[in-house]
Amino acid sequence: MNINSSVLLSKYIKAYTLKMVSKAKASHVGGGLSISDILAVLYNNILYFDSQKPLLENRDRFILSKGHCCAALYATLALKNFFTLRDLNSFAQFGSNFMSHASHKVKGVEFSTGSLGHGLPYAVGKAVAAKSRNKKWEVFVLLSDGELNEGSNWEATLFASHHNLNNLTIIVDYNKLQSLTTVEKTIKIEPLKDKFEAFGCYVSEVNGHDHEELKNSLSKTNKKNSPKVIIAHTVKGKGVSFMENRIEWHYKSPDEDQLEMALNEIGVIL
Amino acid sequence: MRNYFIDLLTKEAKSNNKIMLMVGDLGFSVVENFKEKYPKQFINAGVAEQNMTGMAAGLASEKFHVFTYSIANFNTFRCSEQIRNDIDYHNYNVTVVSVGGGLSYGALGYSHHAIQDYALMRSFPNMTIYAPGTRSEIANCMKQIFKSKSPAYLRLGKTLPKNLKKPNQPHDHAPGKWTKILECKNRESRKCILTTGAVIDDAVKMQKKEEFSNYHIYSLPIWGMKYKTLQAQQINKWDEIVTLEDHLEDGGFGSYILECNSSIQKVGETKIKLKSLNKNVCNTVGDQDNLKEHFKFAH
Repeated sequence: MNINSSVLLSKYIKAYTLKMVSKAKASHVGGGLSISDILAVLYNNILYFDSQKPLLENRDRFILSKGHCCAALYATLALKNFFTLRDLNSFAQFGSNFMSHASHKVKGVEFSTGSLGHGLPYAVGKAVAAKSRNKKWEVFVLLSDGELNEGSNWEATLFASHHNLNNLTIIVDYNKLQSLTTVEKTIKIEPLKDKFEAFGCYVSEVNGHDHEELKNSLSKTNKKNSPKVIIAHTVKGKGVSFMENRIEWHYKSPDEDQLEMALNEIGVIL
Repeated sequence: MRNYFIDLLTKEAKSNNKIMLMVGDLGFSVVENFKEKYPKQFINAGVAEQNMTGMAAGLASEKFHVFTYSIANFNTFRCSEQIRNDIDYHNYNVTVVSVGGGLSYGALGYSHHAIQDYALMRSFPNMTIYAPGTRSEIANCMKQIFKSKSPAYLRLGKTLPKNLKKPNQPHDHAPGKWTKILECKNRESRKCILTTGAVIDDAVKMQKKEEFSNYHIYSLPIWGMKYKTLQAQQINKWDEIVTLEDHLEDGGFGSYILECNSSIQKVGETKIKLKSLNKNVCNTVGDQDNLKEHFKFAH
């Protein structure tokens, strides 16, 4: 499939995410929908890659730290021809590489994640590697908001800032819902922008579903002499009215009727 | 031991710019020479072992051979999930270097006693444990580590053996293979003390006692899950083996040998006894030698 519009790509990412999670009776569809626009802009407009050469030396590196939302990443990679859309049928099935947390055994996935707080330190290591070898490729890492409870992220941010890693972009999927309730009621992270700035980062806040805002903030030309942080304000379950801002869609998988309703709302026929 | 390690690493770095030494804000009077000679291959990650270990995985994914250096519990237990998920599962070329194995930092108390680290590190399928006890074993371990592309745990004790006049070891031995340290007077004896790590002196002291005078001393400095199948033939040669380690019994080296023995098609029965640290050492502070004496280690 050749899709050259980030908006169209995001619709298909959402549709396939819904289908995969429904078929596998898996979880985390809400978080998958909240990052679909970010993934679409990254893979359509920002990242340099060759889907036929997933380990191309000068590719940009993308790490999904919130590995539980991997269905959206797998869908993105399939839609960008790293493998076939049919391969997605094995999502979360016995013996499949497409496990329901991000797996590096899938073409195009840099790093296996699932336990939170691992992606950013790994991304920092890659950014150090690029700097030490004077490479131009860049590192992008996508974190969840609840994940910021993990101290390892703040260790890594201190380090990245101290070493002026301006080849590193940290994107926070700020959908404001955690596992049991809101971020606000779990562990407050506000004022988030101030926190990252106090750690020495260059921070911008965007509507995480507005593709133009995402393109501008993610642009490689838009940088300072420090790591970049993009706080992307998003909606968990974005695009499906009965899933939006509902905690239960961190866990539930849509049944056949719900899948049909959801796909109708997304506006994609699979 | 740590000085010899850093000498070997510094020599290797001269011809290998993929070597990256990361320290967790430790290594005073040890790492300076490396840092001065190869500043681009040295990172002080600060007091942040989770980040250091995650970064090591990221660097290793870009073909660096990373050494994470700290006191034994800090770069193992503190960041055990990073070792499990980021390094071992991805089979990255990272060597976790722990100084102060066993009771080397005995006087510093429980936080600095590394007496459960084998249990943790040997539970990772791709991990090889390197626990040298002599200068020759350090050299051999480093040679193997430089050749390897897989996760490694290098456990260094405080000092080299003082009671071993002539270590009779080959200069190159393969992972999983036992190596002869000292024969007893009865060369035909089919009993041995099998050590790992910096407990050679303790084994030599044991052998001087009447009870163990008929035991040869062997060591197994390179081991782990991958090398279990190599143990059968070596265990079968003996009527009796006494394992010796400065680690708690549970999950340790002796347990490893017992597990290996349990899967063997036995020709004859090999009796295996375990000698390890008394668990009460956890609540006691003191110099390594005093602690060992107090708890009758290797008695």
